[in-house]
Amino acid sequence: MRLSLVNREKLFAASLLTPCFLFVVLFAFYPIIYSCYLSMHKIILSLPYLGQPFVGFENYKELLNDTHAYSSLINTLIFVFTTTFFEILFGLVIALVINKHFRGRGVVRAAILVPWAIPTVVSSQMWRFMFNDKYGLVNYLLYGADTSAYTAWLASPEMAFAAIIAADVWKTSSFAGLLILAGLQLIPDDLYEAAKIDGASAWQQFTKITLPLIKPAILIALLFRTMDAFRVFDLVFVMTQGGPADATNVLQFYGYKKIFAEGMMGYGSTISVMVFFVTLIISLVYIKVIGTRLFQERG
Amino acid sequence: MKKISFYITVFIIVFLSLLPFLWFVDTSFKTSLEVTSIPPVIIPSGTIDSYRSAITEYNLFHFVQNSVIVAGATTLLTIVLSIFAGYSLARLRIKYKGLIMGSLLVVSMFPQISIAGPVWKILQGLGWLNSYQGLIIPYVTLTLPLGVWIMASFFRELPEELEDAAKIDGCGHYQTLFKIMVPLAAPGVFTAAILVFIYAWNEFFFALLIMTQQKFQTLPVGIALFQGQYTLPWGEIAAASTVATVPLVVLVFLFQKRIVRGLSAGAVK
Repeated sequence: MRLSLVNREKLFAASLLTPCFLFVVLFAFYPIIYSCYLSMHKIILSLPYLGQPFVGFENYKELLNDTHAYSSLINTLIFVFTTTFFEILFGLVIALVINKHFRGRGVVRAAILVPWAIPTVVSSQMWRFMFNDKYGLVNYLLYGADTSAYTAWLASPEMAFAAIIAADVWKTSSFAGLLILAGLQLIPDDLYEAAKIDGASAWQQFTKITLPLIKPAILIALLFRTMDAFRVFDLVFVMTQGGPADATNVLQFYGYKKIFAEGMMGYGSTISVMVFFVTLIISLVYIKVIGTRLFQERG
Repeated sequence: MKKISFYITVFIIVFLSLLPFLWFVDTSFKTSLEVTSIPPVIIPSGTIDSYRSAITEYNLFHFVQNSVIVAGATTLLTIVLSIFAGYSLARLRIKYKGLIMGSLLVVSMFPQISIAGPVWKILQGLGWLNSYQGLIIPYVTLTLPLGVWIMASFFRELPEELEDAAKIDGCGHYQTLFKIMVPLAAPGVFTAAILVFIYAWNEFFFALLIMTQQKFQTLPVGIALFQGQYTLPWGEIAAASTVATVPLVVLVFLFQKRIVRGLSAGAVK
């Protein structure tokens, strides 16, 4: 039997997509469903002889009464909103600066990319060292050699939280900046020329031309940063271990602790499922706002 | 005046971007006394003791080797699969393209914790915890969306006449892809490879779960778990961090244009 040209192309396309499809289905989509299954069972890794009894929604009932889970959700939300706010703000400044033509722009752009490229674990250790209570650079820059005034930043709940926010903003503002820059570069120069002829001030040009036109880019940067901030883990693991007094306990760290440190595979999976749905809802809202534009044009 | 304030802004941005890391590099060349001194020593004595001890006492090269193996294999596999998938999504007639691209985007976005337990269980069932393939597989899965989006965006920009000409000359589908399209999309392949490599080199969460034995741990896990007997060995941590980061800084300075292009290909067009 000979296949028609169209069918042959379809077969070829399918054969090219299959390996990618297999990876994503087996190691991303199937695990999500599997998480739902696990969350309805009682599974304790250290006590394998108990088996995996089905407990229905017991774990979810427990989750509703778990104050640690609740505070980790609140912490995560505060972290997400604060970091994305500052990252978009600084990102905008960075983008406006490197969009200009000046000598050495390439080097500057590379320098700005350095925080983005550094492994998060390295930047976490680095900031932990900077915030050290006895010989950290932060204390020295604030108080000089007056060691009696030195603060143990990571030992205070509020300051530790502020410290992980600062470390995250430092690391990822440049990424937000690059996404916004891509939007800036799409604005044709004649728009500004025309505005100048009409006598528009620099501020008017910014609010009437630049901002409206980079709105899509800002929204996309927001989406990416929000989703990425939701999975904050490395910073917390290295800098604070969720402490002091649960102040920096975030969802991904709490889930990790329950499933892997305490071995509560069943209960921990309810956290996994909850995190999945929370992020799914948020990303659907974003995609609705950004519009189907992204997918239609690219599809 | 305007020019001066502009250059001051540029300087502040660059200074803030580089200062913390340079401070850590600086620390790696200090003696243990200099590391903890107040006021801080700015110009270190240039000793390489921290590096020596990181290598001999903390097995630094061992972690480097594991990272090279895992990140290298991930990059290779992801790129090959991304070329396949990216090409078919960009240039061939398939149904539900938007849906496929969208679900890939979802994969790249959801928090790893939502799949961590099951992935661990699957790998345990296969006996692949503490093995290279056990980490490479999740990494390939998580980097495929990025790779496919980048490749698709590069393939989409190649003129269609090329494929038509190849077909008229009697090239089959596979020949057209490998002999004509892939060489033309080489910049895209390269861009995707850099980004995937950086991702795999830096990833910590899955590495921590899957590699519980030191024998297989990658650099980020090693650096996160560095422990001295009584105090934190900051000199050694700084030395290992420098070793983990310098290759990436070199990549960034050599290929910043490609990296910027790649990062925005997945997002804004």
